[in-house]
Amino acid sequence: MSTIASSNTVPMPNEHAHEEHHENNTVFGFWLYLMTDCLLFASFFATYAVLFMNTAGGVSGKDIFELNFVAVETAALLLSSITFGFAMICAHRQNKSGALTWLAVTWALGACFIGMEIYEFHHLIVHGNGPQQSAFLTAFFSLVGLHGLHVTAGLIWMTIMFIEVTRRGLGEQTVTRLSCLSLFWHFLDIVWICVFTVVYLMGAM
Amino acid sequence: MSFLGKLSIEAVPYHEPIIMVTLAVVALLGVVIAMLITKHKQWGTLWFDWITSVDHKRLGIMYIVLAMIMLLRGFADAIMMRTQLAMATNGAPGYLPPEHYDQIFTAHGVIMIIFMAMPFMIGLMNIILPLQIGARDVAFPFLNNLSFWLTAGGAILVNVSLGLGEFAKTGWVAYPPLAGLEFSPGVGVDYYIWALQISGLGTLLTAVNFLVTVFKMRAPGMKLMQMPIFTWTCTWANILIAASFPILTAVLAMLTLDRYMDFHFFTNEAGGNSMMYINLFWAWGHPEVYILVLPAFGIFSEVISTFTAKRLFGYKSMVYASGAIAILGFIVWLHHFFTMGSSANVNAFFGIMTMVIAIPTGVKLFNWLFTMYRGRLVLSVPVLWTLGFMVTFTIGGMTGVLLAIPGADYVLHNSLFLIAHFHNTIIGGAVFGYLAGFAFWFPKAIGFKLDEKTGKAAFWCWQIGFLLAFMPLYVLGFLGMTRRLNHTNNPDWNIWLYIAAFGAFVIAIGIFFQLLQLFVSFKNKEKLNDTTGDPWNGHTLEWSTASPPQFYNFANIPHVKDIDAWTDMKERGESYQRPEKYTPIHMPKNTSAGVFMSMSFTLMGFALIWHIWWLAVVGLVAGIGVFIKRCYTSDVDYYVQVDEVERVEATHLSANTVGGRS
Amino acid sequence: MALHDAKLASNTDGHASSTHNSDDVHGDVKSYVIGFILSVVLTAIPFTLVMNGDLSKVTTIWSVVTLGLVQIWVHLKYFLHLNFVTEEGRANTFSFLFSALIIFMVVGLSVWIIYESNAMMMY
Repeated sequence: MSTIASSNTVPMPNEHAHEEHHENNTVFGFWLYLMTDCLLFASFFATYAVLFMNTAGGVSGKDIFELNFVAVETAALLLSSITFGFAMICAHRQNKSGALTWLAVTWALGACFIGMEIYEFHHLIVHGNGPQQSAFLTAFFSLVGLHGLHVTAGLIWMTIMFIEVTRRGLGEQTVTRLSCLSLFWHFLDIVWICVFTVVYLMGAM
Repeated sequence: MSFLGKLSIEAVPYHEPIIMVTLAVVALLGVVIAMLITKHKQWGTLWFDWITSVDHKRLGIMYIVLAMIMLLRGFADAIMMRTQLAMATNGAPGYLPPEHYDQIFTAHGVIMIIFMAMPFMIGLMNIILPLQIGARDVAFPFLNNLSFWLTAGGAILVNVSLGLGEFAKTGWVAYPPLAGLEFSPGVGVDYYIWALQISGLGTLLTAVNFLVTVFKMRAPGMKLMQMPIFTWTCTWANILIAASFPILTAVLAMLTLDRYMDFHFFTNEAGGNSMMYINLFWAWGHPEVYILVLPAFGIFSEVISTFTAKRLFGYKSMVYASGAIAILGFIVWLHHFFTMGSSANVNAFFGIMTMVIAIPTGVKLFNWLFTMYRGRLVLSVPVLWTLGFMVTFTIGGMTGVLLAIPGADYVLHNSLFLIAHFHNTIIGGAVFGYLAGFAFWFPKAIGFKLDEKTGKAAFWCWQIGFLLAFMPLYVLGFLGMTRRLNHTNNPDWNIWLYIAAFGAFVIAIGIFFQLLQLFVSFKNKEKLNDTTGDPWNGHTLEWSTASPPQFYNFANIPHVKDIDAWTDMKERGESYQRPEKYTPIHMPKNTSAGVFMSMSFTLMGFALIWHIWWLAVVGLVAGIGVFIKRCYTSDVDYYVQVDEVERVEATHLSANTVGGRS
Repeated sequence: MALHDAKLASNTDGHASSTHNSDDVHGDVKSYVIGFILSVVLTAIPFTLVMNGDLSKVTTIWSVVTLGLVQIWVHLKYFLHLNFVTEEGRANTFSFLFSALIIFMVVGLSVWIIYESNAMMMY
């Protein structure tokens, strides 16, 4: 566990490949984690599908879903997907200011989405339609809230990455981390497609 | 709500003599161990070489130590239940009041499955899998350390429940509405929830880690269809973990929301549907059974092929059969609740699917038989476990096919027949497998072989004790005795209950012999020493390393050309060759981040159990903080220099050229 | 699309020496824009269908679900760059397909089980 410096400065050719290997591993590992996250969401979707008719005499989806509102939420999230894509393109081109700008735009759009979701939840709760009212509302709040929690986690992560890029620039490790975040963000967009299709559109029919 | 939430001095069960004596004994043992460590000045070793270690071999050993300790705890529960049932016949109350007894059978189930079998399996996988594929470590060594400590954190929570508050009284499945707030207002179910969530996260990370390891870090030349069979079965198990543990996380989160925030997933009122809990629980629970047993199948395959000195018969069919079991394992879960009363179509579908699983399992059994056929089977301890398994598991499998018939299940559901069946498969399948693997790989991990005589005695006590303890339960099931009874009042059952209790004590002698075996082997370790690194003339790459393996595993990564890569190298005379030159080896540094993170999350779990909200926030923030700090630490790796590699390798090579094997 | 794939294939050769700063593996502006436009269209149609309510309920449900699945595919292809060409792409794609299979089985069978049991309870 002693001196390391000498070999660090003169890496052997095969070791470089070794390092590269590690970065690939990170992204693949993160992708596998996302696959497990898929199953987590799937369980909540299954539960929603089972419980959505159990309104216990309270409101149903038809009564509370505002599709115009959801369309704007969807637009914000969809836009944030492409802006994150642009951030990644900048990151791969080592364009630091471009990456930071697009990250900031993505963050703002994500924050918009979360803000709207919080507003929606708050609105429902103050009108007496909180998650404690019926199994339908329980399942609705949990499923949509789980997605919202993920987006919030993504925003926190994005903030940290913003600081990292500002301070450290776009080194290999940083770009790898951005790639993972990018996967996460796009993945959440896919989950949202399922949410607006299954919960909002089919619920509002 | 006070500063410490629901926690007060009343939480200590000081009026329960059994618990207090147990706690005193545990405390005494703890003090003795701490004193021994201090006396031998081993605290530094413990912290720097073990607790903070990212070495997969050491983590594997720690997993197995955890599993052994939890085996003792879980077995203590088992023997208490059997003695209670043997004493509480003809209307006698026995010595365990129902509220205590209920906690015991819940703890027994949770501990044996989640904190004994899983760590044992993951421990063996940790030690062996990277060696078998010729890797220097797993893909994410830090994550591996974190996984272990998360598992340990869950185990700690379960054991804390012994001295603070209570454990769940719901059975290990914790079905609502019984497990809901209305019928289980205490902290027991909360202990259950958070122990499972925290350890489940660790298990999930392990699966992701090892999947990346297997798919990205195999030695050059090793194709997927050339991976050793144990690696393959572990990989299938990891795929199952990755696919099923999120379901457990989800369903426990829902139960948590019901209990903590008055949601209505599984409540009786406001449209909740407790059937959905049962459904999702078993959508995890059934794959979990295969997660436990598939690696055991891999171990049996390795053991049989090694001790017959033959190639495994039907390697490919073995891989595909494991895959078939893995996938089919995902569409059979309803057989755990045929009696829920879904339609005949549903029951028929799941019944047939369940029976179909017997086919790939049968393929495996025949493969083992054909491997043995015309081989010279050495009746060593691992082989004894394997043979014991083949008999025991076949019985368990056949009773399983009986239970797979929905009509029969309506009669046998929740009877002791079921209990006998799943102990038949889990003990006779998984645990025998792990014990075979333990004896098989012990010299590899530790450096000396285990004593044969005590090992054989342990096996026979286990095997006979198992039959004595569980065959009567089949009879009792037919006689109509249901599970989880605290006392009985049917004279016809008594004799069988006595036999079963006797059997449990025979198993206890078996466990005693295993502890004795460790002690005797340690005493005679000079004589049992394995200098070659290949005590059984093994087939796969783990046997090419020293025993215990060099900390970097392989000085030069081997090139693989065959399934039995090490046999192949030995046959072609490529074994024990000093390579032309060594290169510096890139290794991860040990880190304390994993243990701190996990302890923070465990603290958070504890705080949530007792509704100490501020402490929960502290735990969560601390855990995430440690993680972020770890992400921005750059001093995480180092290079092992050539002279050190040369020194280590020379010892290993000389042992195999001078020491009788050339 | 064929052009895009060809570029992906050629990229794998120089992979070991360069860091990941080529756009091809990670998508270029064009692919993101195509994906975005397709997504906008595939989102707008189902929202319009439901909000106008012109079609029958069954038709609407089927269209909405189909369009949702198509959009998932668009996202996977254009934003997450799943493919069968590069080694990484294949690994990611197969793990996704496996998860999709498990999700299909778990969700599908769960819903079937509970709905049938509800029916048995005349619920």
